[in-house]
Amino acid sequence: MQKRVFFTHRFLPYWLIAPQIAVTLVFFYWPASQAVWQSFLLEDAFGLSSTFVGFENYRTLFSDASYYQTILTTLVFATAVTLISLSAALLLAVQADKPLRGATAYRTLLIWPYAVAPAVAGVLWLFMFHPSLGVVARGLRHLGIAWNPMLDGDHAMILVVLAAAWKQISYNFLFFLAGLQAIPKSIIEAAAIDGARPARRFWTIVFPLLSPTTFFLLVVNIVYAFFDTFGIIDAMTGGGPAKATETLVYKVFADGRLGGDLGGSAAQSVVLMIIVIGLTAIQFRYIERKVTY
Amino acid sequence: MAGVTISGVRKVYAGGIEAVKGIDLDVPDGAFCVLVGPSGCGKSTLLRLVAGLETLSAGDISIGGRLVNDREPAERDIAMVFQNYALYPHMSVYDNLAYGLRNRKTPKDEIDKRVREAARMLEISDYLTRKPRELSGGQRQRVAMGRAIVRRPQVFLFDEPLSNLDAKLRVSMRVEIRRLQRSLATTAIYVTHDQLEAMTLADLLVVMNGGRIEQIGAPLDVYRRPQTTFVAAFIGAPAMNLMAASPSEAERFGGAATIGVRPEHLAFAAAGTAPPDGGLAFQLTVAAVERLGPESLVYGHDGMGRDLVVRRSGEDDPPIGAQIALVAEREHLHRFDAAGERLPV
Repeated sequence: MQKRVFFTHRFLPYWLIAPQIAVTLVFFYWPASQAVWQSFLLEDAFGLSSTFVGFENYRTLFSDASYYQTILTTLVFATAVTLISLSAALLLAVQADKPLRGATAYRTLLIWPYAVAPAVAGVLWLFMFHPSLGVVARGLRHLGIAWNPMLDGDHAMILVVLAAAWKQISYNFLFFLAGLQAIPKSIIEAAAIDGARPARRFWTIVFPLLSPTTFFLLVVNIVYAFFDTFGIIDAMTGGGPAKATETLVYKVFADGRLGGDLGGSAAQSVVLMIIVIGLTAIQFRYIERKVTY
Repeated sequence: MAGVTISGVRKVYAGGIEAVKGIDLDVPDGAFCVLVGPSGCGKSTLLRLVAGLETLSAGDISIGGRLVNDREPAERDIAMVFQNYALYPHMSVYDNLAYGLRNRKTPKDEIDKRVREAARMLEISDYLTRKPRELSGGQRQRVAMGRAIVRRPQVFLFDEPLSNLDAKLRVSMRVEIRRLQRSLATTAIYVTHDQLEAMTLADLLVVMNGGRIEQIGAPLDVYRRPQTTFVAAFIGAPAMNLMAASPSEAERFGGAATIGVRPEHLAFAAAGTAPPDGGLAFQLTVAAVERLGPESLVYGHDGMGRDLVVRRSGEDDPPIGAQIALVAEREHLHRFDAAGERLPV
């Protein structure tokens, strides 16, 4: 039997992929090329004309101390979000993998947060932690903590990290659970007979066998923290206070839309684009090598 | 070294399915005990109960005179070889063998000594640095065996360890498992659905069916004197001919409902031969002949439409459709009552 799909009509395959190609062209390649072109232009103060300035926008960008501050903020944010969401999801998945009563309901509930829109998630957390309205903020004040994410940059950072991490836990949970269920039961049983207690079993058998999943999620979560958290940050802090929660993506928006510096903003997007391409390349390289065994 | 005592053991799963329905079994120290039966007969569940991978619903299990009902698998001093080998895929062969010893805080040089000794016994010394995926099925099987040996447990448990190997390798591994178990003199419980494996390996053969033991005994005793029609049909290939007794036969054979005779005990005779004293004679119509080389299997049916198989060494196989007279001696006939139980002679 022939394994490959065989088309009798010569152009049918092209027609079938045409919609996907069109969407990618219109919504990705076109804006991306626009951004690249725009990054070489400088607009006048009124936005009436623009002139070609070569790499001027990039030079300005990389000589701006505040840009490096933003990079640092992004790194802190991304690391914290990735670590928290991955470890929380792994913990939940390990618990859900045990033979529990009502495990299915528990699993379903854990997946729900993924369906919540980023801005809504942001507002939810904002309400809970709002210095004057929030339930949690009240509790914190009772404990003697002067909680105020509106004024304190560290508090604001903690808040957006929590919200962003919470939102990603469901996704990570699903992959970790699938990864755990793919490990043959007999390997775990063999380890139990071999005298490994549950904790040791986890770190010497389960965790190494999960490493392909963990690596995949690591890359996905970094990309998420870098780019997909715009909605949460915008809804919660707007990058503030005093740019304490301004990540690279938010800065593109702030400088371009709010600051009106389209050229500089476009240069920033190009830098971001290169980062994404880099991350994707790393991921594909390693996924093909299957990481461990 | 230790024997295993199983008494009144039952296992009921959460869904109410009773996989093991009350088993009493005494495996003496150093014996090779084989649990054999069709799939779903509870043999694997029984083995997992001994290993501690399943919790008992009722009954007691003792290993070396020590009650282990509530002990963790690790505390039972057993080693298990799994059907899919269950090797740790991310570890080298050496680490696979050493893992159990490391967990028990064995000194490093002792671990090294034992791993190398086991590797030498199993002829896997050259593969110690490889990962399981770089090994063939037979080599993986050896590593799984090695992992059981290095620990020097009181009991080996085997869960269909050879069923993933090809036929040729299965035979040679079978011989090797027997040789190893003999030289280590470690008690072994071995689960299989292959009656040939069971016959050749066992000191003590346990035939199981539907969560119960049908018969316990030395392999040849079980073969020669099956206590039930189930055992008669299960042990031996091709299976024993089991025929519903005609009224006249029932009368002659003490009210037997079923009469059994092994294919090798049916002899060709001259046409019209009278049945031997206390024996039986048949008129067989040949339907098919399988030529296996050293012997042939002749299939057919008698005058009452009962299917029969005859094992026969010789070159002059009868043509299909031929009528052949068969006789069976009295001593080779097995009699069973309506419930399938063996009748005394």
